[in-house]
Amino acid sequence: MKYTAHINIMPHKELLDPQGKAVSNSLHNLGLSQVHDVRIGKHVTLHLEAANEAEANSLTTEACKKLLANGVMESFEFSLTAN
Amino acid sequence: MKFGIIVFPGSNCDRDMMHALRDDLEQEVVMLWHKDKDLSMFTKDDCIVLPGGFSYGDYLRCGALARFSPMMEQVINFAKHGGKVLGVCNGFQILCESGLLPGVLLQNDHQKFVCKNVCIKSENNRNIIGQNVADKILKIPVAHGEGRYHADAATLEKLNKNNQVIFRYCDEHGEVHLHSNPNGAVNNIAGICNEGRNVFGMMPHPERASSSALHNIDGRLILQAFTN
Repeated sequence: MKYTAHINIMPHKELLDPQGKAVSNSLHNLGLSQVHDVRIGKHVTLHLEAANEAEANSLTTEACKKLLANGVMESFEFSLTAN
Repeated sequence: MKFGIIVFPGSNCDRDMMHALRDDLEQEVVMLWHKDKDLSMFTKDDCIVLPGGFSYGDYLRCGALARFSPMMEQVINFAKHGGKVLGVCNGFQILCESGLLPGVLLQNDHQKFVCKNVCIKSENNRNIIGQNVADKILKIPVAHGEGRYHADAATLEKLNKNNQVIFRYCDEHGEVHLHSNPNGAVNNIAGICNEGRNVFGMMPHPERASSSALHNIDGRLILQAFTN
């Protein structure tokens, strides 16, 4: 089976996110004063082949833990779609 | 003893490091390509240096891709057997990503690349750098966008308890405070070592302060620590 993984990687909530802070200030300058707590992460998509969804889940988790996300600073979550 | 300097695609302080070690400290230096995987010519007396730069374009995260280069697998093995390793700037980031050092280097809190001389001081003599530097306040340049050292509370407690912090940012009088911190690093941490005291990482660049032609040779004390 072919799957697509849609992965979201975000900085941990307790960490200062300078990018998010700068973007938040710019949004305020645009007049969107209601917007706050902007945080910026990464969105990764990847295609993979696996026997079933459980295996696809396991492979994607391994990719995230070993390389795509650094657990010291980021958390990750993902969804899978069968192609 | 001799030094080995690893060159990754995107390294840009490898030659500076080579000149500092070979010309200023008169040491033997071997340049190593990231795709090679032979460190058999190096012993525990030697030191492998991971230089500064932007390995693999800082893609994904600083140091994340360099960590999986063939040579890094050998460096991890070398370090686990007691070999000495020094990572400067991007090299420090790679050491954190590879798990040889705890923690991570985050984007500077002020969102700007910082390039200037800073003062740092060592607070213990429980490692070879601290022994060589003693109580001196060193003026060493930093040049980074991601130098904000971070580790969770438990890791920080362990680092402090084990005397693994090798340098903190301070002012010219040696005072450690918010205004002497160029990037927002937790506890003003500028450099750390591992528990085994054979792997060292620091954001400031000692190789840029080793030549008398540059009117600052404070960095020599740091690099010389590996030659004793």
